[in-house]
Amino acid sequence: MDKSKDVQTMTDTVARFIKYFGKVLPDDVQSKLQELSEAETSPMAKLTYETMFKNQELARELDRPSCQDTGVIQFFARVGTKFPLIDELSGIFEKAVLSATEMAPLRHNSVQTFDEYNTGTNVGYRTPSIDFEIVPNSDELDVDIYMAGGGCTLPGKAMVLMPGAGYEGVTKFVLDQMTSYGLNACPPLLVGVGVATSVETAAMLSKKALMRKIGSRNPNPKAAMMEEELERGINAIGLGPQGFSGENSVMGVHIENAARHPSTIGVAVNTGCWSHRRGNIIFHSDLSYTITSHKEAVL
Amino acid sequence: MKKILTTPVSDEDLKDIHAGDVIYLNGHIVTCRDVAHRRLIEYGRELPVDVRGGAIFHAGPIVRKVDEDKYEMVSVGPTTSMRMEKFEKDFIEQTGVKIIVGKGGMGEDTVEGCVKHKAIHCVFPAGNAVLAATEVEEIERAEWMDLGMPETLWLCRIKEFGPLVVSIDTHGENLFEKNKVIFNKKKDEQYEQIIEKVKFIK
Repeated sequence: MDKSKDVQTMTDTVARFIKYFGKVLPDDVQSKLQELSEAETSPMAKLTYETMFKNQELARELDRPSCQDTGVIQFFARVGTKFPLIDELSGIFEKAVLSATEMAPLRHNSVQTFDEYNTGTNVGYRTPSIDFEIVPNSDELDVDIYMAGGGCTLPGKAMVLMPGAGYEGVTKFVLDQMTSYGLNACPPLLVGVGVATSVETAAMLSKKALMRKIGSRNPNPKAAMMEEELERGINAIGLGPQGFSGENSVMGVHIENAARHPSTIGVAVNTGCWSHRRGNIIFHSDLSYTITSHKEAVL
Repeated sequence: MKKILTTPVSDEDLKDIHAGDVIYLNGHIVTCRDVAHRRLIEYGRELPVDVRGGAIFHAGPIVRKVDEDKYEMVSVGPTTSMRMEKFEKDFIEQTGVKIIVGKGGMGEDTVEGCVKHKAIHCVFPAGNAVLAATEVEEIERAEWMDLGMPETLWLCRIKEFGPLVVSIDTHGENLFEKNKVIFNKKKDEQYEQIIEKVKFIK
């Protein structure tokens, strides 16, 4: 069977979707920013939100990426074992990035490490980064695609605490990142926290936490309570938009967790900036698709 | 009324500007970030653009080639200024730059440089890259293109470029450091409240 036409169709769709969510924020982010802007009282915070909304309008109108830092594209895919293009997926994602880089256009953000040169294509050794979860007996692909700029990548941190530090230690770890690096990472932030065993398990969960819809809660009631507490606490610090100070600091705090080794608590923080450019698209087996993150999206 | 400065600016122009003020800029600004700072300070290479009395922008834009040697600014917003902290004091001294535009605050060394050589650091509200691009009238020159699109020095002619929030002034005031003291105090209070509720290990 000749799959090349299907591969081309899907590559085009993914590329056009990357271009689209590089200029239009997802619905949940848009409504949260609106809500946060209405709570501000200081002229500086108001001016900042006005500037942000004006920028988003201009991005749509002029058909350009709303922020110049279009990140290193990341894919978090949940792929059904019966999805017809499962064997071709990595290649499709890579080609979609190449195509979006020209079409959007995206900034060139892939610098080959050690050889230290920019590939100029956004494709480099092990980038774009692609994470697969296998879904048995499904014929669909459900993928979150994300572009994180350097600014909101910088506060990322992971470490392994001793159990004696407890969730009190997790709290301190998260709060300290907010006032040191967080205020430079374009607040209001979306904060992802991973709680697990080791640095890499916690770190991956902290990034996946940023893929969750704003306002969603961890299914564990204690974790959900801690999300609410951290959200309330970080907001009370009052970083405000751009760290100029204001009534709030974050769009939300999401915790993702896994069981841990009895001797360790792995913890990690990842932040998303106000310009949280992520998209979710579900491909069905006939390659028709549903975009869940942007209701009005037309590709 | 909008406070608009035009490059080249003098010590006198900056005298009455204070941290927390909002200003706009006419004239020229050149993008200049990590590697350009490193080349000048660590490797002693002369900056190919004269910024005496002028402005630099900690930014790595998206540009589009429209013609041979002609580029259009698509999206340009500030990048984290703190990455340049290591170099900025020496950079100010060696280049005579007057206005540094970026994102977030800068540290003590930059404050020292700003006071001594009468320069200011400003923040362009970040993530607003299309707005900033529409305030660039033309890219007049590009230097050090071997560094790739984000790191190239793009010399831009600008019109009412802003809003620029002054974060460090020539008198040594530092908006972000002042805020940080308040933020840290509030953080400590919140920490004490939250830990009472998360004692899950019993």
